[in-house]
Amino acid sequence: MSNPTARRAVADFLDRAGMLLVLAALFVVCSVGVENFLSWRNLQGLSLAVSTTGMVACTMLFCLAAGDFDLSIGSVVACAGVLAAVVMTRTGSITLGILGGLGLGALAGYVNGFVVARLRINALITTLATMQIVRGLGFIISDGKAVGIGQENFFLLGNSGFAGIPTPVWITAACFTVFGLVLNRTVFGRDTLAVGGNTEAAHLAGIDVARIKVVIFTVQGLMAAFAGIVLASRMTSGQPNASLGFELEVISACVLGGVSLTGGVGSMGFVIAGVLIMGIVQNAMNLLNVATFYQYVARGLILLAAVLFDRWKRRRQVG
Amino acid sequence: MSAPALSFNGATMEFPGVKALTDVSFHVHAGSIHALVGENGAGKSTLLKILSGAYRPTAGGLALGDRAQGFRDTSAALAAGVAVIYQELHLVPEMSVAENIFLGHLPRRAGLVDRRELAAAARRQLELVGESIDPATKVRKLPLAQRQMVEIAKALTRGARILAFDEPTSSLSDREVRRLFTIIRDLKARGCAILYVSHRLEEIFALCDRITILRDGRHVETAALGNLTRDEVVRRMVGRELSHIHQYAPRPAVGAGLAIKNLTGPGLAAPVSFAAHAGEIFGFFGLVGAGRTELLRLIYGATEKTGGQVLLQGARVDIAKPRDAIAAGIVLCPEDRKKEGIVAVRSVLENINLSARRRTARAGVFINESWEQANARQRIEQLRVRTPSARQLIRHLSGGNQQKVILGRWLSETVKVILLDEPTRGIDVGAKSEIYGIMQDLARAGVCVIVVSSELPEVLGTADRIAVMRQGRIAAVLDRADATEEKLLRLALPVESTPAA
Repeated sequence: MSNPTARRAVADFLDRAGMLLVLAALFVVCSVGVENFLSWRNLQGLSLAVSTTGMVACTMLFCLAAGDFDLSIGSVVACAGVLAAVVMTRTGSITLGILGGLGLGALAGYVNGFVVARLRINALITTLATMQIVRGLGFIISDGKAVGIGQENFFLLGNSGFAGIPTPVWITAACFTVFGLVLNRTVFGRDTLAVGGNTEAAHLAGIDVARIKVVIFTVQGLMAAFAGIVLASRMTSGQPNASLGFELEVISACVLGGVSLTGGVGSMGFVIAGVLIMGIVQNAMNLLNVATFYQYVARGLILLAAVLFDRWKRRRQVG
Repeated sequence: MSAPALSFNGATMEFPGVKALTDVSFHVHAGSIHALVGENGAGKSTLLKILSGAYRPTAGGLALGDRAQGFRDTSAALAAGVAVIYQELHLVPEMSVAENIFLGHLPRRAGLVDRRELAAAARRQLELVGESIDPATKVRKLPLAQRQMVEIAKALTRGARILAFDEPTSSLSDREVRRLFTIIRDLKARGCAILYVSHRLEEIFALCDRITILRDGRHVETAALGNLTRDEVVRRMVGRELSHIHQYAPRPAVGAGLAIKNLTGPGLAAPVSFAAHAGEIFGFFGLVGAGRTELLRLIYGATEKTGGQVLLQGARVDIAKPRDAIAAGIVLCPEDRKKEGIVAVRSVLENINLSARRRTARAGVFINESWEQANARQRIEQLRVRTPSARQLIRHLSGGNQQKVILGRWLSETVKVILLDEPTRGIDVGAKSEIYGIMQDLARAGVCVIVVSSELPEVLGTADRIAVMRQGRIAAVLDRADATEEKLLRLALPVESTPAA
């Protein structure tokens, strides 16, 4: 391009629309190139597959935007599902089962938040510890085996649908909307970005940094537990082995969606794009019968490419 | 006479918008201790950084002996026999004394570190500086004075013939200072050239042979110390004409503003009390590390105080955290804009509304978008912030405009007291003048303006009264009419018993 203003405009557009364009291109390529991709059945399956990641990515966005991250969510998903299943089996009450699972998630999240924000321990170490503790609790509660659930009404949560779209997908869409609003339209959301952007400046501007972090981690735990309960409903059982490596999948999706790991930058729209890109790639590889082993390699390469792209973008802005 | 061991020849250092050093030339001879003095910002640190290879001068340079040198980096300087010993020592606390001394060139045998040789060689080096520390001790366990000796031993190990000390005695006891002087004199006797940077004139007169005085990045004078008195040195360090950029106009004080009673906490050596009026600009002068920033942070609740009271317009206010201070109408523009002031990755609009949005949000929760936009527009106009739009990321703005955004953040609140910590640091003259204008406007509107500055012309030009801080306490409070550069500097310089020779 010869005209610098035009080049600037194109660059700005790419900055703003980058991942959305990638998503659109990916969708078109898969529609044309991958058999059965566009079938209603496959799209349903695809959306269901990303629904769990999507829900937890909402709160992970806050966590990353505030400059922290949370590795314990995979364990919380599994343990909350197991606990809900056990409580339902013992008490026969769906409500108690769900409350039990949510309570566990909130507690795990609060502990994370308290240790990180008040005791000022690094989030990596803290959540690495709770990740293992909570995973262990899941195995202890279930004695290492899948816990079957007898309450058929509970299965509606994960297996019903409305207007042809599965309930978990509706839930995920609702989460995207609500957390998107919280991030953009509330003092809490803007404070979160300020804390991640510059903790000391936020503190000196009168923001209660520790409180914000505790709330973020607690809601994150709650959300992971909720996703775990929905997952248990879909699988009609609580699986202590569920969602191994899930935390990395969620963080990958967020980073793919342009959320800065150093905090202060992130938007819900891009995170949705990140979640969908990961989901579509995975789905297309399944349809193309790519062996699982290769899928790991492909996912890793995509993440690496996204981060390098981000770095390149930022260096260009500074220069 | 042989060629001087070290010469600066027209050394000039320009940063974007600031000339830190202009055409500085002087010589340092082997077997001599050469003092380098000047106010904060006179260019001493820049000169040391050129010597250590951390900066490359934009013009001119330095010569060792009769060979001109342009160090590519700090290791090139070390290789040429130059060692700069900074106030914050560059040692690895978790490693042993011996490993630190030989850091980067550990003695090896068959590719592995030769432990025995390392310990023996380290012991020899330590003896040279008169220390009998066990070389296996971890550096973290040593008191500061001994760490300094380790740093000197490390420099000598690398064959340093030119040693520069940056404020080496700032945290040493009298006895430790005497030890250090013995070592430095010993180095001199062995023919090293020593450059000694300090604010402590007593020490300089006790230790040094010659002196170079810098002011505003320029060379003022180099002379033998026997030819100068302490007063003459001070006079040469200051002595500038006040310019018209300060926009000072007398104002009436309009009643009680901020009063501090017996405030104690980290960074203060004694309880601090003072009272500044509403409508007054109250300056704090002092050298770096005199406790001014710490004082402001204690008032603001950014650091926890251990005792004392804050009175606002005569009434006591309890401040435990910054939010309490803001609620009471006391606000702070911090010293380090990048680290503590701006949220670099967010927009001008968000930075302006960072605090006020808590007050203006609908139901205390939802952002009042139209108010925030109107407020940002108003502050940008009022303070003449030069930005293409309110949506621009603040990090793309110049330092002066970033500072105005932070001022705008506080003007969006109801301000009774504004604490300004080095409000014009790293800001060009034009923006400086605008910020002085804003300070005057605030005071005229009845705000109590407290300004901390290390620049003499700034405090003298803007403040109605000036408190001088020295070593964690207020040394004196002067009226504008009584204050001169010399008086302020004399009060700010540390007092100490002259170390015996």
